[in-house]
Amino acid sequence: MSIRITCEHCGTRPLEEYVYGEVLDVPATIADPAERNLDRAFNHTNPEGPVPEAWFHLYGCRRWITIVRDTATDRIVD
Amino acid sequence: MNEFLERKVRLTWGEQKPTYDVVIIGGGGHGLSTAYHLATRHGITNVAVLERKYIGGGNSGRNTTVIRSNYGVPESIRFYQRSVELYQRLEEETDRWIMHKQKGILWTVHTEAGLRQERARSFINQANGVNTEFLTPEEITEIAPEIDLNVGGGKYPVLGASYQAAASTARHDRVNWALAEGAMRHGVDVLQRTEVIDLIRDGDRVVGVRTNHGDISAPVVVSAVGGHVTRIMDMAGLRIPIRTHPLQAFVTNHYERKFDPIASSLDLGFYVSQTARGEMLAGAHIDQQPSYSYRSGHHFLSSIAHNIQMFLPFMRDLRILRQWTGICDMSPDYTPIMGRTPVDGLLITTGWGTWGFKAIPAGGEAMAELIATGRTPELIAPFSLDRFRNDRTLADRSSSGTH
Repeated sequence: MSIRITCEHCGTRPLEEYVYGEVLDVPATIADPAERNLDRAFNHTNPEGPVPEAWFHLYGCRRWITIVRDTATDRIVD
Repeated sequence: MNEFLERKVRLTWGEQKPTYDVVIIGGGGHGLSTAYHLATRHGITNVAVLERKYIGGGNSGRNTTVIRSNYGVPESIRFYQRSVELYQRLEEETDRWIMHKQKGILWTVHTEAGLRQERARSFINQANGVNTEFLTPEEITEIAPEIDLNVGGGKYPVLGASYQAAASTARHDRVNWALAEGAMRHGVDVLQRTEVIDLIRDGDRVVGVRTNHGDISAPVVVSAVGGHVTRIMDMAGLRIPIRTHPLQAFVTNHYERKFDPIASSLDLGFYVSQTARGEMLAGAHIDQQPSYSYRSGHHFLSSIAHNIQMFLPFMRDLRILRQWTGICDMSPDYTPIMGRTPVDGLLITTGWGTWGFKAIPAGGEAMAELIATGRTPELIAPFSLDRFRNDRTLADRSSSGTH
């Protein structure tokens, strides 16, 4: 079974209709602006667990939605 | 004793000791290969390899076993070529049958842009000592008459291919076992079901690991973790340029005839080879979303099967037997990350994305040299973690999942 994501406009649709977008989160502990830019350009938090993310509903309403997905199980938590 | 029994792999498991000279986290190909080369090349045998589950149970046992060196940047071409050469003599060296078989790899292209890219690849490979040729459609037919050059009724015609004749495959489990056994024979402790819970710090240094079986102190800790490297780096307080994506693969039932090469289509996004059992093994691009789940999906099967049967019409009559997923540590430039970290006592070999299996011998050899001599070998110096900071990234779209 494919992962299904609920779009607030179109209802529950298969993941393949969407395009993934990472929500970047440079930690507040990095203060230096150059270091923040470096982190934003390359690093990822890459968590194993629930993570907020953005999805573009390319083959649907063509709008961005935000969800919380658990990367350990692929369940949509929120 | 007959030859088969003499060459049977004998694994002798160690017991966890409180101190080692080197602790390697991750009992996959790269961890075992590092231990093997430490023991056989440098006489460093007071080494532990810690494996959370069982050896080769992660991506070292889930990949599609392609060995090749037709990369796109000189640093990578030289590195992978070293690995191709080490694989060619690994059976002889370990005296274990890893089912290494030279097959040749065809990267077919169906567009003008692809044509230019693969012609450039053959030139840059040859300039760096790798004999990758550029083939015309007629020459492709000589190597693999099964390929339909008129893919999709002429929609995606095969215009050419780059071809590395030295490309090969090997049985991934046997590679892991051969290296594990070789390391064990020299006294290395390979510890299964041993999970690292935390790194032990002394000031800024890492001086050991805490496992589910107790603490181990060691002056050198190497992360050879695949898939969960971010968790280990979190313990060290390091942020790294890795995102973990699933990659799916499948095999069909056996094709009763022989299919020689590893054939792939860059534009249609898949690669196929025949296993020793005759099954057709296919892999493709990574899933777009980062994930640690080993979930496989029907969408992958239907889309890839659709493309493959246009390219290799005989595969229409085959059935898919098994499907599985591995999780890949993707680096931003699709090049591995090897060497020191900003934390003393902690070394890293990661960023093996979808291209790690072929690098097992050379990766382990280089990491072992770094540990034994304290100097980063020239071969892997370009792959250091600080290349992102120093604006020395090595963008190279020469593996699956990079297009």
